[in-house]
Amino acid sequence: MSEYTAKDFKKGQPRWCPGCGDHFFLASLHKVLAELGVAPHNTAVISGIGCSSRLPYYMNTYAMQTIHGRAAAISTGFKVANPDITVWQISGDGDGLAIGGNHFIHAVRRNIDINMILLNNRIYGLTKGQYSPTSPRGFVSKSSPYGTVEDPFSPAELCFGARGRFFARAVATDAQGTVDILKAAAKHKGASVCEILQNCVIFNDGTHESVYNKEGRAKNAIYLEHGKPMIFGENKEYGLVQEGFGLKVVKLGEGYSEKDILVHDAHCTDNTLHLKLALMDGPDFPVALGVIRDVEAPTYNDSVHEQLQEVSGKKPYHNFQELLLTNDIWEVK
Amino acid sequence: MNIIDKQQVVVRFSGDSGDGMQLAGNIFSTISATVGNDISTFPDYPADIRAPQGSLTGVSGFQVHIGAKKVFTPGDKCDVLVAMNAAALKTQYRFAKSTACIIIDTDSFKPADLEKAAFKTDNPIEELGIKQDVIAAPITQMVKDCLAETGMDNKAMLKCRNMFALGLVCWLFNRDLKIAETFLREKFAKKPQLAEANIKVVYAGYDYGHNTHASVYHTYRVETKEAVPGKYMDISGNKATAYGLIAAAEKVGLRLFLGSYPITPATDILHELSKHKSLSVITVQCEDEISGCATAIGASFAGALAVTSTSGPGICLKSEAMNLAVITELPLVVIDVQRGGPSTGLPTKSEQTDLLQVLFGRNGESPMPVLAATSPTQCFDAAYMASKIALEYMTPVVLLTDAFVANGSGAWRLPDLEQYPTIKPPYVLPEMKDNYTPYQRNEKGVRYWAIPGQEGFMHILGGLEKDGNTGAISTDPDNHDKMCRIRAQKVANIEVPDVKVEGCVDDAELLVVGFGGTYGHLYSAMQEMCQNGKKVALAHFSFLNPLPKNTEEVLKKYKKVVVAEQNLGQFAAYLKMKVAGFNPYQYNEVKGQPFVVSELVEAFENILAK
Repeated sequence: MSEYTAKDFKKGQPRWCPGCGDHFFLASLHKVLAELGVAPHNTAVISGIGCSSRLPYYMNTYAMQTIHGRAAAISTGFKVANPDITVWQISGDGDGLAIGGNHFIHAVRRNIDINMILLNNRIYGLTKGQYSPTSPRGFVSKSSPYGTVEDPFSPAELCFGARGRFFARAVATDAQGTVDILKAAAKHKGASVCEILQNCVIFNDGTHESVYNKEGRAKNAIYLEHGKPMIFGENKEYGLVQEGFGLKVVKLGEGYSEKDILVHDAHCTDNTLHLKLALMDGPDFPVALGVIRDVEAPTYNDSVHEQLQEVSGKKPYHNFQELLLTNDIWEVK
Repeated sequence: MNIIDKQQVVVRFSGDSGDGMQLAGNIFSTISATVGNDISTFPDYPADIRAPQGSLTGVSGFQVHIGAKKVFTPGDKCDVLVAMNAAALKTQYRFAKSTACIIIDTDSFKPADLEKAAFKTDNPIEELGIKQDVIAAPITQMVKDCLAETGMDNKAMLKCRNMFALGLVCWLFNRDLKIAETFLREKFAKKPQLAEANIKVVYAGYDYGHNTHASVYHTYRVETKEAVPGKYMDISGNKATAYGLIAAAEKVGLRLFLGSYPITPATDILHELSKHKSLSVITVQCEDEISGCATAIGASFAGALAVTSTSGPGICLKSEAMNLAVITELPLVVIDVQRGGPSTGLPTKSEQTDLLQVLFGRNGESPMPVLAATSPTQCFDAAYMASKIALEYMTPVVLLTDAFVANGSGAWRLPDLEQYPTIKPPYVLPEMKDNYTPYQRNEKGVRYWAIPGQEGFMHILGGLEKDGNTGAISTDPDNHDKMCRIRAQKVANIEVPDVKVEGCVDDAELLVVGFGGTYGHLYSAMQEMCQNGKKVALAHFSFLNPLPKNTEEVLKKYKKVVVAEQNLGQFAAYLKMKVAGFNPYQYNEVKGQPFVVSELVEAFENILAK
């Protein structure tokens, strides 16, 4: 039982627009931190720039709101220098995937043990409504009055392309779903990418409409659980099966029974099916929520410190004076 | 055979970039330093990644100045030029004194070699108008003969040619080969056969000189009779910089962290620090320059002595992050090993053209302390001081070095860390617990540092302006104005030593002013002029922001002042901005090459004559 409550992690009065997904996420994060039991002073929350990157100001922890796109890099330096502190890195889709895309992929590739939150509302909100790297092709915004002529990133695809070992997805308004994946992310050792689907009430209202409320999710989403058959639908009447190179939605009872349905394996090293699950979208497929991939691998920070230990054991010098003497020295008398 | 005693001698080894001239030069420098000579070295790398063999662009040089007494530069021109092929002779001959001795490998002067080196005739000596003594030795053939019984293949044998040249030079300077032997056995410890082959060739070169007298009339001796007692090593500027950071981290008791991205000519700092894991140094080779600075800022926030190293183009990319360290007031050392610019410019060459960039090249009011290292060995003290200032004043600090200082080396008396000033960061005090706000300041105007993990000191830092009292985001006009002034004043308050005037301190008619890596050349020019009865003094700056308190007094004390720098007048412009009414002469050069002392002397004499 944790000695902390959500209140211990709360600070200040959030200033996001009423109804913004950030409010929902923040509440879930406070709850999760309380349940995890890591002391506020052993927690660091580090963000970039954007609406969602204001989040550290509402955290009673060590925190830093940095510069646009660099939160993953700053978190990497922080974690490797001080691995005892739990790091939560907060970014939006513009911050994390556009200006900070390089740091995002390399933090994932290195597998630094930080929890990387990607609050995806598919829009630049703070600068008042430009399309982002996750806005769909044809998206009309202030900077794309005739629709965009470029394809978006899928955060999961980018994460897997960077050898991501953990990817989970939740809808901001779904407190339990969010809490579940944040806990799994915290438990996972390594870079844990959590995509939070959230609404921007002002500049991109309804962007995740099909799954934003409970009823929508019942119809249009599937909650993945490791070891459980992938069944969904209002009456649990649908399931996923593998067909050819892809996945297929089938109706139970119509030639398929529960034993035919794919069982989710989040720990499978091969990411092929994880990617297929992560890329599912309506109207033909449900949106996958929950922990899609969760595979153990050595973390960057552990490896760095293990190497320090290992080399230190082999080298004969352990302070500056001893270092000097490893050189070719001559003496003048 | 006569032996002539010399006070100082300059030797330049040159050859194809695959000929091992840097190694030969290094060994000769070490041998000389070991017997007590002072040394100053300068490797002159080709710009091409791997130019065609024997071509003019593929020539690599290594110059060493050895002196019985102190030497301040690698020397303008050389007394001995080793040219391992025709291209080397063609491009390097201009560095030979009129009295120089030139050593060539005649086996690399065949028609095809001459053609590659763009000689028009079959007599390169005549074509270049060489009047000096030339030791023309069939080095390649002699090396092959020497190693014939080792069973080595042709390619491996040819790689030992540099050692023959080294042996010959050692004979010319009456050097003991035992030191070279030890050096080679250590360098090739894992390949003892290779070590023995190299040693064999060194002796063969020496014996060749000894037996044939190599068509010269005398050999030389550079003997040091008085030297400051102590233990010494040969150290390059980049290595000295790395050592300064290690020393500072140990002194203050913090972990050293380097975030860096490979860039010429700064990468050797990353290489050096990556080795020393037994000193708990963490190095992260980042995905880009921005991340180099950003990871360092993260590490600083986490409680490390954080450093990022780069060259000019990297500073451009890091600027935004450097400003984050300005506004969050986190300690950070930013090392800029300057090279030729703008843009990719001259990556392997040296300039002082980043001065205004590091002083002013960021958005907003962005005060940042700037130091410049004055010689390869002085990089140690400069890096130590940069770390001390960063940690004690909670600020990013820029340390400027340059390709010349970074790649050059000198004999360095091993420091005693006990004698170095303590480093005391303004850590939070226990009584601040539960009431700490991040912009509470001490009597020097420096905020207190709360390293994460401590109960009762949680706080948020960030790039947005903060209220000076509460630490909360603030756009209040008066608060912002106040915070800008506080940050500026904090940097202005940094205590730096007075700038020293050397030479004719009291009665100079001309004061030479410089900064950073040009010290040796400017000092040598001043010294030479004083020896010739001219009244000249030198004020050389290492602390650039803030400037020493006596700056104005020094600059206004002398009738004529010349600011000499390897750019188009950046330091002069900065001094004019800081010292009202200051209107100096200027000597500017942006050639990517070190100053030439004789040219400096000529220019300064012209100013004196005006």
